Amino acid sequence: MVRQVNSVTVTDRSAAPPAEDLRGTVRLARVSKVFGRGSSAVRALDQVSLEVPPGEFTCLIGASGCGKSTLLSLVAGLEQPTSGEVSTGGATVAFMFQEPALFPWLTAAGNVELALRARGLKKAERRERTAELLETVRLTGFGGKRPHQLSGGMRQRVALARALAQDADVLLMDEPFGALDAMTRDVLHDELDRICGGRALTVLFVTHNVREAVRLGDRVIVLSSRPGRVIASYDVPIEHPRRIDSAPVAELAAQVTDRLREEMSR
Amino acid sequence: MSTGVPMPPPVDKKTPGYVQRLTYLESLEAPSDPRSRRTAARVWGGLWPVGLAILIVLAVWQLIHVSGWKSQIFPGPGATLSNLWHQLQTGLLWHAIATTAQRAILGFGLSVLIGAVIGAVVSRIKPLRAAVGSLITGLQTLPSIAWFPFAIILFGISTTAILFVIVLGSAPSVANGLIAGVDYTPPLLLKAGKMMGLRRLSLYRYLILPASLPAFVAGLKQGWAFAWRSLMAGELLVIIANQPSLGVLLSTDQDQADMASATAIIIVILVLGVLVDQLFGLADGAIRRRWGLAGQGS
Repeated sequence: MVRQVNSVTVTDRSAAPPAEDLRGTVRLARVSKVFGRGSSAVRALDQVSLEVPPGEFTCLIGASGCGKSTLLSLVAGLEQPTSGEVSTGGATVAFMFQEPALFPWLTAAGNVELALRARGLKKAERRERTAELLETVRLTGFGGKRPHQLSGGMRQRVALARALAQDADVLLMDEPFGALDAMTRDVLHDELDRICGGRALTVLFVTHNVREAVRLGDRVIVLSSRPGRVIASYDVPIEHPRRIDSAPVAELAAQVTDRLREEMSR
Repeated sequence: MSTGVPMPPPVDKKTPGYVQRLTYLESLEAPSDPRSRRTAARVWGGLWPVGLAILIVLAVWQLIHVSGWKSQIFPGPGATLSNLWHQLQTGLLWHAIATTAQRAILGFGLSVLIGAVIGAVVSRIKPLRAAVGSLITGLQTLPSIAWFPFAIILFGISTTAILFVIVLGSAPSVANGLIAGVDYTPPLLLKAGKMMGLRRLSLYRYLILPASLPAFVAGLKQGWAFAWRSLMAGELLVIIANQPSLGVLLSTDQDQADMASATAIIIVILVLGVLVDQLFGLADGAIRRRWGLAGQGS
């Protein structure tokens, strides 16, 4: 199931439908991103091409400095590529950061509701959707709490509810569980499985935790460091529900880790 | 929910038991609600150091008085406080307080209005910031009393002259507070807001303005201190006939070498300034508690 690819074409997934007109296809074509100018210029991404079909959960993995976060910012439209093309096929995009990035002056419910307000929903509808979303992330009864009154895991749950409130086609996640303890992370993996399973959500999930990538992803893409290039792509044929400590997950994670080590020792 | 301990979530058959338990355990980890502390204890905790400080000042004052230093002109706390008590029974002091308070409210109100408008405009328009930003800081460092000759030549001996100087002294602080708040809106929150679809006006209304509130309140607090100083300087310099104010009373006491009365008025000015400052302190504390910036359990 290991598919080595050269850096330019990663796009031919046989299982993917012809993705021309589908919203939620994330497509990067020979994308490069350079920060700064002249001698101090840093090439964060170099000729990255990849395509994530609608509904797929793709994990991006690589050592620090491989431009994973930059890649997400480009897809989100927060930054523009130096060259190449980024497209989401007209899809709407939600972003979840490593920090919850909740607004401290709003309650948990208020944070979720603001995302609904930004979409122009009416008050009664907002209230109803907020309650639903808090229930989805199992925070019913905590809507009135302020972010600082919640634990780290609960804050990320609120951030997830807020991202889901946008009802976007694409969800970008930048190491969202990186700052959590292993036990909380395991629970949130299960929750994310459950939530994504019920929606046609395209997910791009950045992490430096190989097991997490294999545990969650339909596909794991490995990036090289400085500059970031796509060096390998692995399909994950393991059936759900998965466990991070199960043998198939550990086995594939070991393969990915070997590939990463090989890259890092270069 | 008065215990502060969240209840376990309702049983949900589709979720594995360990997930429910962990979700519950996770919620226990959340910091407990600081509001549950009793208000009375907090008020007492804030009051007794103030009481102690006042006692120390009175004791030192009394000691100096007893030592006989300049005893001809320097009254002890007893004489001064009884003078204050008598003045509080007269209409003149209350009239003076009313005049001064009116000027303070008007002057500070104008400063907040003008400062907020300038701050909002400067923080929005990049090229303005470099030019006007340093000008504002320059104005802030200029002692506002230096403006009085200018103001008196321009407006004559009038309340307008006093208000003019209050605004010049206080508005820059208000503007700077707002600019700092807008500038230091955490970039991560800005990103989150933009991803949420907040644009232009809604970005300001729902994100940048609330995010800059603590810095704005700090600016108001500093602005108030400057306004109060400018007002007192103004009332000593711009004495308008038949309009008793705290400054006028103080100035009369100076002319009559009435030390007990002068000291009594100083106490009134001090108390008024501190009271308003406390209001800003309360607002600041409320924001900090709301945002979770106050130290846990402090």
